[in-house]
Amino acid sequence: MARVAASPRSFLGHSYNLVGVVAALVILAWTLIAIFAPAIIPHSIGDIVDDDYFGPMRQGLWLGSDYLGRDMLSRVLMGARYTVGISLAAVAIACFSGVVLGMVAAVTGGWLDTCLSRFLDAMNSIPSKLFGLVVVAAVGSSIPALILTLAVIYIPGAYRFARALAVNINTMDFMTVARVRGESTAYLIGSEILPNIIRPVLADFGLRFVFIVLLLSGLSFLGLGLQPPLADWGALVRENIGGLPFAAPAVIIPSLAIASLTISVNLLIDNLPQKIRDRDT
Amino acid sequence: MTSGVLNLVLKRLAIAVVTLLIVLFAVFFATSMLPGDTASILLGQAATPEAVAGLREAMHLNDPAILRFLRWLLGLLHGDLGTSYANEMPVAALIGGRFVNTMELAGITTLLSVPLALTLGITAAMLRGSLYDRTVTILSIGVISVPEFMVATLAVLLFAVYLKWLPALSSVNEAHTLTDLVRIYAMPVITLTFVISAQMIRMTRAAVIETLSTPYVEMALLKGASRGRMVLKHALPNALGPIVNAVALSLSYLVGGVIIVETIFNYPGIAKLMVDAVATRDLPLIQSCAMIFCLGYLLLITVADIIAIMSNPRLR
Repeated sequence: MARVAASPRSFLGHSYNLVGVVAALVILAWTLIAIFAPAIIPHSIGDIVDDDYFGPMRQGLWLGSDYLGRDMLSRVLMGARYTVGISLAAVAIACFSGVVLGMVAAVTGGWLDTCLSRFLDAMNSIPSKLFGLVVVAAVGSSIPALILTLAVIYIPGAYRFARALAVNINTMDFMTVARVRGESTAYLIGSEILPNIIRPVLADFGLRFVFIVLLLSGLSFLGLGLQPPLADWGALVRENIGGLPFAAPAVIIPSLAIASLTISVNLLIDNLPQKIRDRDT
Repeated sequence: MTSGVLNLVLKRLAIAVVTLLIVLFAVFFATSMLPGDTASILLGQAATPEAVAGLREAMHLNDPAILRFLRWLLGLLHGDLGTSYANEMPVAALIGGRFVNTMELAGITTLLSVPLALTLGITAAMLRGSLYDRTVTILSIGVISVPEFMVATLAVLLFAVYLKWLPALSSVNEAHTLTDLVRIYAMPVITLTFVISAQMIRMTRAAVIETLSTPYVEMALLKGASRGRMVLKHALPNALGPIVNAVALSLSYLVGGVIIVETIFNYPGIAKLMVDAVATRDLPLIQSCAMIFCLGYLLLITVADIIAIMSNPRLR
């Protein structure tokens, strides 16, 4: 660690500081846990291993037990799969669709741009949690439905961000040259616009991931997200909320898990080298 | 006010109306996508097909969606919000009292969080880079990064479990004395204040810092004005527009906040009503609650934009 503390360090041509490195490590750890959770959990998530409910932390049950006496460590590790997996899938769809639409709107202009912008701006002015409530009421809370709902809610934001960046690039001389050459829209957005906006778009990807994790946890906490027996971190807080008066670890640990992930992503983005983070490349 | 500003404001209002229509449309269609036939849900499993068909006819469920949407809009204009499916009461009657409760919660939170956030945001900007500034910044980033329910559970842990100052759950009906009332509102208000203030502090701090880096503030500094005078007389009046804008935008986070806070503290407001309505699939109730929230949100965002337009001296 002493070596890392000598900040700023240089890696792949960028310099990183200590906070950024620690944040990246936390994100990496949760990703690995999400992938390998079934192999590393000490108990099956359905097994009742404790005679008592809301048991304290102790040897063998490192994070205590939940409201049925199940092992909390296993449940939190498995919860990482759902929280990270669903959010990642949703943010990938949201950013891909939003960025492609945004670039097409910026390049094409005209009525397509106007209609798309007006419509998506209107969607953007529905509070996300409310949007989530209404859509979940309509299409249910299966995992594919949740992923699509979360993606749809955050497409307008991704669109707005990408369009604003692409409009700037669109005024450059090389865009005029490419147009005069008679290049197709697909070539323009793929080979001329995208390489110029990819870094701020990736930073935006991270921020949107945080929003989605928070919204998913919020929905699950309201009982409208992931349904039992599956449980993401938000659902774990909900089912163990009865342990709050005794300050049971079962209700605190999943909250801390969410916080560690979201704060890490935020800190990582804040500590990215200016070169990557800046809007104008 | 010149005609230029007036034009911009009118244009902004027109956009708000169009947005409202699109949002109402979206809410209506999302709720009419609800699985299951409303008529057969209402009549239960023992209903005869004839009864279901009759009810469908009576509720105009056979009409095309666009016709039902227009009828619903017309009803809204007359103040008719429809009838709740779950307990056959008019939606307006169900919402009435709870709307007042939610507005009380939102009002008290606003009164508390705006002065608090402005003080912290402005002082943090004045003492930029100091330990105080860094503490405020890190705390506000922390609150923004975690879900609202976590802020709420931490507040319960701190004030109800460890300090034992306040009860964990609130029930407005049991309030008899002023102390009761304070104890009941305290927990939801504290949680909401944290959530709203964090946003406001960040935006206020950013707005003041931006103004402090302008040439005329530097000029005031060079003239020998004191730090307080520099901030209060030169920077603040110019940062006022962005700050009011930040306040209005942050208040729109109340919408997301109350949904969680009313649920966790069992507070009888419209957000709790809506979450329950989603659980029981009560269509007209969901539509009306969603509409009220969207309306409030749109109102705040439009006000924020109009203030931004009005406070821009280049447009005045």
